[in-house]
Amino acid sequence: MQLHRKKRIEIILEAPGLRRLTEILARVQVTGYTVLPAIAGNGRGGPWSEAGQVTDAERMVCVMCLIDPARTEEVIGPIFELVKRHIGLISVSDAEVIRGERF
Amino acid sequence: MNLVDLAISNLLSPVVLFFALGVAAALARSDLSVPEAIAKGIALYLMMAIGLKGGVEVARQGLTTTLVLTVLAGAVLSFAIPFLAYAILRFVSRLSAVDAAAVAAHYGSISAVTLAVAIEVLGRVGLGFEGYMIAVAAVMETPAILAALLIVRRSRPDDGLSRGELLHEVAFNGSVVVLVGSFFVGWIAGPAGMKPIAPLFTDLFRGMLCLFLLDMGLVAGRGFARARKALSLPVILFGFVMPLISAAIAAPIAAMLGLSPGGAMLFITLAASASYIAVPAAMRLALPEADAAIYLTLSLGVTFPFNLIIGLPLYLSVAQKLAG
Repeated sequence: MQLHRKKRIEIILEAPGLRRLTEILARVQVTGYTVLPAIAGNGRGGPWSEAGQVTDAERMVCVMCLIDPARTEEVIGPIFELVKRHIGLISVSDAEVIRGERF
Repeated sequence: MNLVDLAISNLLSPVVLFFALGVAAALARSDLSVPEAIAKGIALYLMMAIGLKGGVEVARQGLTTTLVLTVLAGAVLSFAIPFLAYAILRFVSRLSAVDAAAVAAHYGSISAVTLAVAIEVLGRVGLGFEGYMIAVAAVMETPAILAALLIVRRSRPDDGLSRGELLHEVAFNGSVVVLVGSFFVGWIAGPAGMKPIAPLFTDLFRGMLCLFLLDMGLVAGRGFARARKALSLPVILFGFVMPLISAAIAAPIAAMLGLSPGGAMLFITLAASASYIAVPAAMRLALPEADAAIYLTLSLGVTFPFNLIIGLPLYLSVAQKLAG
């Protein structure tokens, strides 16, 4: 089975910024992504948890997508413009997929 | 009922006691928690219940010129209070302009849960209120956010977020939509239409409020723990004093508008409360540089408990004296 090298981008972002992030992903033509809820964590602002929250203000989400390595710069740039002002982080790692033509 | 009796009755009410239970559990580091989906569901229920109640009252009482004047007064107050709050914060604390503006927006806007508890207090003492106070509450959500954006417009870079886009997000925030929508549903359905659904939205209201206040107590209790880190003493004192300043401004306006004691109490409560549902989410979008730990801790960990325990009986007492 042949595997294809791709880049996995993971963005952890405060939930109110999610819609803006997905709009950016659409703009840079990243059409496939997955949004995961973050349950709890700890960061520069101290520990946080989604338990009991009635507002999105203190919730975090994780958005994961796979892209062609050649597009990394053009995708990361606009995402960083959003994330740099919010609570969040972006990480890029190597990944391998089977159906390479899809990314 | 005098102020002391009101305060004692308030302290011993199940709503406040459940809030205290939540705080105690959080401080004792209990693993007690209300799942996020349930907390959000109850918040939705409470918005629907108070929206319906307000709409039915308007259907029963009819439209008056006082309605228009009260809505206008509420909007002006919501817009003006952040400027005052910002000036006080900048004078007494070392908060940055952006942090102070974000906090100020919370104090100009309203807390729907404080409003729900105030309605429960009125029910307990047998006082009615003008149903349109719910519309006033909805109108008071947004102007404070605009005021905060005006305050900081020169001290921060443009983020490409259009004001129209932000206003759309605030105006169509879920809590505002369900509150206003339920208000119109109640108004259209009237008392007759409300009767079949009253077992859910009237009879269960206090019990659901207790459950919600337990959750609020847990969140506030966790807030106390981080208040020491996030808040300086002047900022904490601001959280106690600002509601009283806002109440002192709102009380004579309520008297001039000729509101009933119950309506005046709600008007004062709306001015004195600090948002922690609609505004925090809006601030994360509009002013993401502002430290959420400051405004959330202050609003939920300081001002909400203050209003719940001391503010509401005080506002009721003042309203009874002014409008009685």
